[in-house]
Amino acid sequence: MKVRVEGLTKQFVAQGVPAVHGATFDGADGGITTLLGPSGSGKTTILRIIAGLETADQGTVLVGDENVMNIPVRRRGFGVVFQNFALFDHMTVRENIAFGLRARRASRADTEARVDELLALVQLEGYGDRFPSQLSGGQRQRVGFARALAPHPKLLLLDEPFGALDARVRAELREWLRRLHDVTHLTTIMVTHDQEEALDLSDRLVVMDRGRIQQVGAPSEVYESPATSFVASFVGSANVLHGRVLEGRAQIAATSFRVPSNTSDGAQVQAVVRPHDIHIARMPAETAASAAPSPVSGRIRRIVDLGTHMKLDLALTTGESVTVHVSRKELEPLALSEGDSVLVDLESARVFVEDYCV
Amino acid sequence: MAREAAMLLAPRRHSPARAEPLPLRLALLGLGVLFLLLVVVLPLVAVFTQAFEKGLRAYLGSLGQSDTMAAIKLTLVTAVIAVPLNTVFGVAAAWTLAKYRFPGRNILITLIDLPFTVSPVISGLVFVLLFGTRGIFGPWLDAHGHKIVFATPGIVLATIFVTFPFVAREILPALQAAGSASEEAALTLGAGGWRIVFRVTLPKIKWALIYGVILCNARAMGEFGAVSVVSGHIRGVTNTVPLQVEILYNEYDFVGAFAVASLLTLLALVTLVIKKVVEHRQARLFEGAER
Repeated sequence: MKVRVEGLTKQFVAQGVPAVHGATFDGADGGITTLLGPSGSGKTTILRIIAGLETADQGTVLVGDENVMNIPVRRRGFGVVFQNFALFDHMTVRENIAFGLRARRASRADTEARVDELLALVQLEGYGDRFPSQLSGGQRQRVGFARALAPHPKLLLLDEPFGALDARVRAELREWLRRLHDVTHLTTIMVTHDQEEALDLSDRLVVMDRGRIQQVGAPSEVYESPATSFVASFVGSANVLHGRVLEGRAQIAATSFRVPSNTSDGAQVQAVVRPHDIHIARMPAETAASAAPSPVSGRIRRIVDLGTHMKLDLALTTGESVTVHVSRKELEPLALSEGDSVLVDLESARVFVEDYCV
Repeated sequence: MAREAAMLLAPRRHSPARAEPLPLRLALLGLGVLFLLLVVVLPLVAVFTQAFEKGLRAYLGSLGQSDTMAAIKLTLVTAVIAVPLNTVFGVAAAWTLAKYRFPGRNILITLIDLPFTVSPVISGLVFVLLFGTRGIFGPWLDAHGHKIVFATPGIVLATIFVTFPFVAREILPALQAAGSASEEAALTLGAGGWRIVFRVTLPKIKWALIYGVILCNARAMGEFGAVSVVSGHIRGVTNTVPLQVEILYNEYDFVGAFAVASLLTLLALVTLVIKKVVEHRQARLFEGAER
């Protein structure tokens, strides 16, 4: 099912800033599109507008070439899964799943058959006669999925579906959702603030900040070539260093970077570098120091063994602090300990000229 | 011995170190029990002793008097009209207040509480002033042959007024606590308005609603002040059960008075039992225990 969100704008009365400002993106046809952003970035508002639970001030939502903006919620036929499950607590699991079928006046036999089918799909056979209060959080949310999927929705909308669950269950359900999607291939739009979840599950990522879409693309594309410093620091961990443009080059942490030619002197710039993209080397003998390729040095404040890699907290001589991830194999020959000085190579940093349109 | 008593009196889920000293606990408990005996249990016992003072035959005989039977009938009729109406009004009012934000919402919440804060005598007087012979609508009603004050309609109106807040007050917090998430879910699943009301929202607040209806009914049957003002005390015609108790008592028919009073007391006890059961159900529902 084709989904297109076009120029969506929504302003809540109480706030001065729009919750969503001119959001435009295409959903991945038959895939999972994730709206990723910090809380208050407008991602849930967009999802609720698509569902019909919220009205937009401007813009349209097209589902399979049909503008759905004037279709009431109950006739849109989209399945919605809520963060806090929103199950009907006074109904059994079966009754919960059957609710949407009964609302559409499906026959009794069809309803029963479909409920059985869904109980199997979400692996809750034998739980049909329980009440939601007798299930664990993960099981409840699977009932939430089954209930949303029962009436054959055109579109599946997930509002932080794992947000109310603890870390271990989250990870399990993420795997489970992947497999479920491989079976249903239902066009899905998901909202999350968890970048790992977003990178793991999505076919397309829509990164949002303060009501505006920052970047749309495949997860690897967004991770490898972030469009703004916000995307770079929000998707994946990153060090953000600040500096200014001087004589056509960005000067950040004693390192000089290329900037677009139209950037004026004095403009604020940010260098964003992932912890595993920073290279460090032992300080050479004093005499050779001036000849070193990297002009920055720093002191090791802390070395932490994180199992999969080593994390180093460095204090640069220029005043900034950076976090560096190095594999154990790389670190061992350097024989470094806390308090040592090292040369720091920031060349792989990505430089962003701060925009003034905030 | 003292140790066992201490165990018995120890507040639950508190460490002994944090509990009050034993003498203080005993004193507090004693005071509470004494007060309860004096104020609640003793009068309760008195009602039934007085009612059965001259035996079961006299008890049943005084209940069987035609005036008393008429009073019981009138009370039942009043409750049968007032309670369902207040249930519908209460649900509608609480629904509006819980789901929508509009100017004057706080004033409406305050107005719902008005019958609780106004003296019942005033509540009755209001209807006399509106519908009495010298009231605003009195002449018009007279001209058209309708009688409200000193007749059943007045009693029903006064009862509705006095018992209005019970249902709304009970279910408003329940509706607010329940939020609108499951209604939104129902909407996305294709349910229409009535289906959402009867299949989703009302079941969710069922116990609060039942509780409100029980309290409303207890008050509707037991109301004295407001009904007394609009009733006119016409024997066998406009006397409700509480009014009948007063009349019999004033005529020194103690057995009769207390026999009728015992009916109201029984109603109170039954109400308490149902209330307890409902509270228990509600608590179990919230704890998510096995049903």
